[in-house]
Amino acid sequence: MKVAVIGVGSTKFGEHWEKNLRQLAIEAGTKAILDAGIRGRDIDAMYLGNMSAGRFIGQEHVAALVSGELGLTIPAVRVEGACASGGLALRQGVFSILSGQHDIVLVGGAEKMTDVMTDGATSCLMGAADQEWEAYYGVTFPSLYAMIARRHMFEFGTTREQMAKVAVKNHHNGSMNPIAQFTNEITVEDVLNSPMVADPLTLYDCSPITDGAAALIICKAELAKKYTDNPVYIIGTGQASDTLALHDRKSLTTLDASVKAAQKAYKEAGITPKDIDLAEVHDCFTIAEIVATEDLGFCKKGEGGKLLDEGVTNIDGKIPINTSGGLKAVGHPVGATGVKQAVEIVLQLRGQAGKRQVKDAKIGLTHNVGGSGATAVVHIFSR
Amino acid sequence: MGHESSVPLFWRLIKPRYQLIGTKCKTCGNVFYPPKYLCPVCRKEGVLEDIKFKKTGKILTFSIVRSAPTGFDKETPYAVAIIELDDGPKLTSQIVDWKEDDLKIGRRVEACFRRIYTDGEEGIINYGLKFRPV
Repeated sequence: MKVAVIGVGSTKFGEHWEKNLRQLAIEAGTKAILDAGIRGRDIDAMYLGNMSAGRFIGQEHVAALVSGELGLTIPAVRVEGACASGGLALRQGVFSILSGQHDIVLVGGAEKMTDVMTDGATSCLMGAADQEWEAYYGVTFPSLYAMIARRHMFEFGTTREQMAKVAVKNHHNGSMNPIAQFTNEITVEDVLNSPMVADPLTLYDCSPITDGAAALIICKAELAKKYTDNPVYIIGTGQASDTLALHDRKSLTTLDASVKAAQKAYKEAGITPKDIDLAEVHDCFTIAEIVATEDLGFCKKGEGGKLLDEGVTNIDGKIPINTSGGLKAVGHPVGATGVKQAVEIVLQLRGQAGKRQVKDAKIGLTHNVGGSGATAVVHIFSR
Repeated sequence: MGHESSVPLFWRLIKPRYQLIGTKCKTCGNVFYPPKYLCPVCRKEGVLEDIKFKKTGKILTFSIVRSAPTGFDKETPYAVAIIELDDGPKLTSQIVDWKEDDLKIGRRVEACFRRIYTDGEEGIINYGLKFRPV
C-alpha cells in the first residue's frame, strides 16, 4: 500500500488562552494546505481526530464545524479513539484514498483542553478508561500508568531513574522544537523530586494538559510528484484493540494492542523493527515510552529501561525515540497527538527537522495509544 | 463521573458491586468479574450464569493517588490496586486500612463494604467494595 503525505502543519502546542478550537484547527489546516501547495478546493474529504470536544468545550459535531470554517462543503468526519483519535483519523484518511473514493484528503487532529479547570480536564480524560469499573473507584490516568510502572519494576527491575531519563531526553528534544509546550531542559533529580502524582509517578513523569492542532495533506501516491519533489509515503498501517479496563488484560506490562498493531504495520510495509530509523511513540507517561519500545520490537520485553541507560533512543542513538519531544515535552492535546507524531516523522524524513534532525533518516514509525492501551495504531513512513 | 446522574446509572450495578457477583460461562468454564454480558471466549456458544466470588485475593499492582478526581478529594491520598481474586478474576478497587508495608505486590487482601464517593452535593452516595489487608 502507498499513500503520500504532501503537506504538514501544526500550531504551537501549549496553553492557548487567546484561541478557541476552531482557530487552532484552521491554523494547522491552513499551514498544511500551504505546505502542500494545493488549493482548498482540491481537497476531497476531511478526517478530524478529536477525543472530547463535547466535554472540554461543550461542542460536538466538530468536523463539520471545522470544514465549515474552512469554507469547504466536502465530507467531514470526526474520528474518536480517546488519545489515539489523531492516529485513527490518519488511518481513515489513508483508507479513503486506497478505496479510490478520494484523491486528496485533509487529516487533522485538534483538542482544546484548557477551557475547563484541571479537575474537569482530568475527569474528561478518565472517559478513556472504564467508567463503571475503574473510574468509579477513584482511579485516575496517572494511577493506571503508575500501576503499569509498579508492575514493570517488579517483573523486570526497571528503575525510577530509567523512567526519569525518558522525561529528561524528551525535554532535551523538545528544547529544539519550535512547537513544543516545554522547551526547558530538566535533570533526573528534577523528575524524581517533582511532586508525587500517583506513586511512583511524579509530575514530570506525566504529559501535560495542552491545546493544539496538527494537520496533514495526504494523496494518492501517483499524484504526489505533481505537488512536491519531496513526498513521504505511508507504507504500512496497523490498528488493534484490547479491553478498556487495564485489569481485564492478559498482561499488565505489555500493551497487546500495540504489539498487534505494530506486527500488522511491519508486515504491510514488508520490514522489521530493525529497519526503523526513528519513531514517535506514545509517551503519555514516562513508563509508556519504555513499554512502547518493547512492544514495538526495538528491544526485548523488559529491556526498555536499559535503552535509556545506554542512550540508544537519543537523537544520535541507534533508534531515536520521540525526537519531537514526545507527548511529554511537546504537550498532549489528546486528539491532535497522533497527527503531530506524523508531522514530526514527515519533517524528519524530508530533512527539515532543524537541530533535532536524525542523520539520513529513511524510515520512520508513529505509535499512538488510546486510554491505558485499549486502542493502538501504528503507521510506517518512508521517503 | 458526572455529577448528580440519574439513579439507574448506579442502581443497575448494585448486585455485582455490593456482593462481588460476576458471571461464569457454562460452556468454557471461564469466570468473569466485573460481570460480562457475552462470553468473550465462546461468544454465541457461551451461556452465562451469575456466580458469587470469595472475597479474598492478592495485590497484583498498586498506586497511591495524590491528585484526586472530584468526589474523591477528601480521601486523598488513597491507595488503588489491581487485585486478583482467589477465584481468578482481576479487578480494580481501593485498598483501605493499610500501613506502609501493606502496600506491596502479593499482599493478601479481602473485600469490605465501604462508601466510594458522593455524586455531587445532592447526588447519590455510592457504595461498593474496597479491599483491606488480611
